[in-house]
Amino acid sequence: MTALIAIEHAGYVYGSYVLTFAAVGAFAWRTVRNGRKLGDQVDDADKYWT
Amino acid sequence: MTTTDTEPIADEPIGNRQHGTGTRATRLLGVATIITMGWLVAFGLGFSPADRDQDEAVRILYVHVPTIWLAYLAFVVTAIGSGLYLFTKKHSLGFDRAAGASAEIGVVFMAVTLAVGMMWGRITWGVFWQWDARLTTTALLFVSYIGYLAVRNLGGSHEQRAKRSAVVGLLIVLEIPLVHFSVRMWRSLHQEASVLDTDGDIDMDGLMLFSLFVGVVAFTLLYVWLLLHRTRALAMQDMLDDRGLDVALAARRAEGVAR
Repeated sequence: MTALIAIEHAGYVYGSYVLTFAAVGAFAWRTVRNGRKLGDQVDDADKYWT
Repeated sequence: MTTTDTEPIADEPIGNRQHGTGTRATRLLGVATIITMGWLVAFGLGFSPADRDQDEAVRILYVHVPTIWLAYLAFVVTAIGSGLYLFTKKHSLGFDRAAGASAEIGVVFMAVTLAVGMMWGRITWGVFWQWDARLTTTALLFVSYIGYLAVRNLGGSHEQRAKRSAVVGLLIVLEIPLVHFSVRMWRSLHQEASVLDTDGDIDMDGLMLFSLFVGVVAFTLLYVWLLLHRTRALAMQDMLDDRGLDVALAARRAEGVAR
């Protein structure tokens, strides 16, 4: 029973890390992809960071 | 911004143009973020000890606490950007875009905090959710910033968007102290401050504190990286919106001349 509880808790503990990295990773990927798509339509001269 | 050139720039050779929102600095920042995230996993799940009371569940703290702290920081940056837009003479849209980008990142971090907190709650309290003071005020803050993002997308000119969202951004940031002090003001299931005790002294094991520090550094780097990319993307979106408006106006003028 103790081992079962330990495994159950491990699911939540590891799950919390997986969920965190999946969420921020998906947002980061979407951000970069969106930036690239927009960057293709804008001249370099208009990009203040270049 | 007014652009008279209506030719699609996408026809230009890709090799001559900067691709996207990245620079050498953001790439270095991205690498540093990935490395510190790796450290976070190593310390959070490996090196840090189990807690006397919470056992292994304490490992959730190393993602739960940094994400809520960074969400608070993101919302404070939104308020600062809003204030700078409203109260400086220049009324620069750059402040507005930084405020909007920061709010988006804050909402993502807060969603993570809530979801991860529910998992922690399931272990500690036996339920995913309770209408407890801290949880309820946090959910209210989350919904408020979703509302802020909705207000940004209501339409109108960039200046109208900036003005109305700046007012909202300055008002809803006042909820943060309510969330933070809710555990002291009302009887709450949620524990009090994780790092400092009621006397303001650090009340944590050294390795646990270091693991939390790694988490805070990792999510701070991620926040800055995301903020730079999102602010630049929003600047390009505004440029393209302006260009679309210029094209529409030119078409209407051409119609008038043809008649």
